Amino acid sequence: MFGNNHQGVAVAEVYVAQRRRTTLWVVGLVAGVVATGVIAVGTGAIGIGPGTVARILGHQLLGFPSEVTWTPPQEAIVWQVRLPRVLLGMLVGAGLAVCGVALQAMVRNVLADPYLLGINSGASSGAAAAILFGAGAGFGQYALSASAFLGALAASLLVFLVARSGGRVTSMRLLLSGVAVGYALYALTSFLIFASGSAEGSRSVMFWLLGSLGLARWDALLAVAALVIGGTAAYLTVSGRRLDALAVGDETAHTLGVSPDRFRMRLLVVVSLCVGVLVSAAGSIGFVGLVVPHLARRVVGATHARVVPVAALLGAILLVWADVVARVLLAPQEIPIGIITALLGAPFLLILIRRLHATGA
Amino acid sequence: MISASALSWRYGADPVIDGVDVVARPGRVLGLIGPNGSGKTTLLRLLYGALRSPTGQVTVDGVAVPELSPRETARRIAVVVQESGGETAMTVAEMVLLGRGPHLSTFQRAGAADHEIAAECLERVGAAHLAGRAFAGLSGGERQRVLIARALAQQATHLLLDEPTNHLDIRYQHEILHLVRELGTCSVVVLHDLNLAARYCDDLVLLGGGDVVAAGPAGEVLDPAILEPVYGIGIRRLDLDGTLHLLFDLEARV
Repeated sequence: MFGNNHQGVAVAEVYVAQRRRTTLWVVGLVAGVVATGVIAVGTGAIGIGPGTVARILGHQLLGFPSEVTWTPPQEAIVWQVRLPRVLLGMLVGAGLAVCGVALQAMVRNVLADPYLLGINSGASSGAAAAILFGAGAGFGQYALSASAFLGALAASLLVFLVARSGGRVTSMRLLLSGVAVGYALYALTSFLIFASGSAEGSRSVMFWLLGSLGLARWDALLAVAALVIGGTAAYLTVSGRRLDALAVGDETAHTLGVSPDRFRMRLLVVVSLCVGVLVSAAGSIGFVGLVVPHLARRVVGATHARVVPVAALLGAILLVWADVVARVLLAPQEIPIGIITALLGAPFLLILIRRLHATGA
Repeated sequence: MISASALSWRYGADPVIDGVDVVARPGRVLGLIGPNGSGKTTLLRLLYGALRSPTGQVTVDGVAVPELSPRETARRIAVVVQESGGETAMTVAEMVLLGRGPHLSTFQRAGAADHEIAAECLERVGAAHLAGRAFAGLSGGERQRVLIARALAQQATHLLLDEPTNHLDIRYQHEILHLVRELGTCSVVVLHDLNLAARYCDDLVLLGGGDVVAAGPAGEVLDPAILEPVYGIGIRRLDLDGTLHLLFDLEARV
């Protein structure tokens, strides 16, 4: 009776259908990332056509076309100003999305996002200290990022120490300590702004808190971001099956050969480092890490080995478009990107809540 | 074979399990029975290493459980726990394929052979038609069968089940336990229903007040004289057509 395997086809069919769907989405999204990049680099106070952008990029990257048919200022805008910014946007979007996926699995809560652990509050305190009191001046041009990163590191250490008991980190303790540390450091940031008494300084801090890709340059920061975010996405993809097991429950993970405590601890270290780098490079950009994992699960299902790469690509596209809107909406003035992502993300969240309610009934 | 000696566990200051010995023999079904709060589930969790007893030890086929890696343990012991993971967005097929995880290396994907095994296990629990459904949309009974299929897909040499008949209607209660018997693997089942225990378990361990009150072949443990003081209810035992039946009567309490 067991030899009759028309049912065997069923499981394989479900699997193959999901894999084909994922492949299609990944191919489509990679094309989307490239198109987004070319259009976003061409968009701004001075518009540059996609054809010209593509030729400048081709010339710079591959040496083709070799003939220069554009003006030097155009090349400078594309290569020096906008491309690093678009790349940073892609990296930050991808990073926020994959960290959101990991955190939602870690604490088994669909409302978890990368800022849940209070890391952004720590980074904000660090940034405020740098902007208002010149902290981290020894780091030269990286003073702000370095100071923010140290703040993020301190916050994650604090969360880690509070959440850890007897060599274990449970999801509930993690949630609670993240929220507590977040509030405490938020208060510290407010106190720093208040104590400095500088209106200009507090405006800069506010701008930073709402997120901006304005710091993007061809510098070490971009390279570090690429390395850390790429590494995190790769690690989470490879750990897909363990994330699946952890997302079902600690007890289940254990019976499937995944030590939930050890794995959650490892994830915590990886995600904290990644979020620390993200926040130091671009400030706190809300909603991307919360919303994109849900979008990704809608299109490719719950298997994390598929959700992680799809979420990374979706996040990259979404954040770059949000940045384009932020740049052109009130041009030449630039709006903090966090305002755009919140404006787009909040309605999405409401739809999600309605959906959850509908399926729960 | 799982053999455990001198196990103990306490929540806070109260010992739940205190110096308990258990042996699950190859090819036999061992039932863990006892009233609410007698430590059945705690004992099961001690057996598969989710809890580490501060005293004594647990061995699987002669190897101490703490010496095995979590993956090695999962290849020897499959467990159906009561946690269902009802909020997951996984399909039934994905849920059952999770059971293949302990057999796959980090970079290995589930292949055709794994799909075959997953499909076969779903069929064995009568849930093959559910493969493409969302796990979260299943009824309690369907979920339980899928979770059992996942445990079967682990192809472990031992199967542990924590009240597997919860949420199941009478037919599936019998089907599931019949299936466990037919597997012929060394199984340990936590059961509430003493008549199911009578029918499907070879051996029983009766827990009460943190201790083993009685252990041995099912027919010997299910003695009204032993059971009545533990459960606090009057019990009559009937042997019908070679099967043992228990009848309960609150008024006849001893």
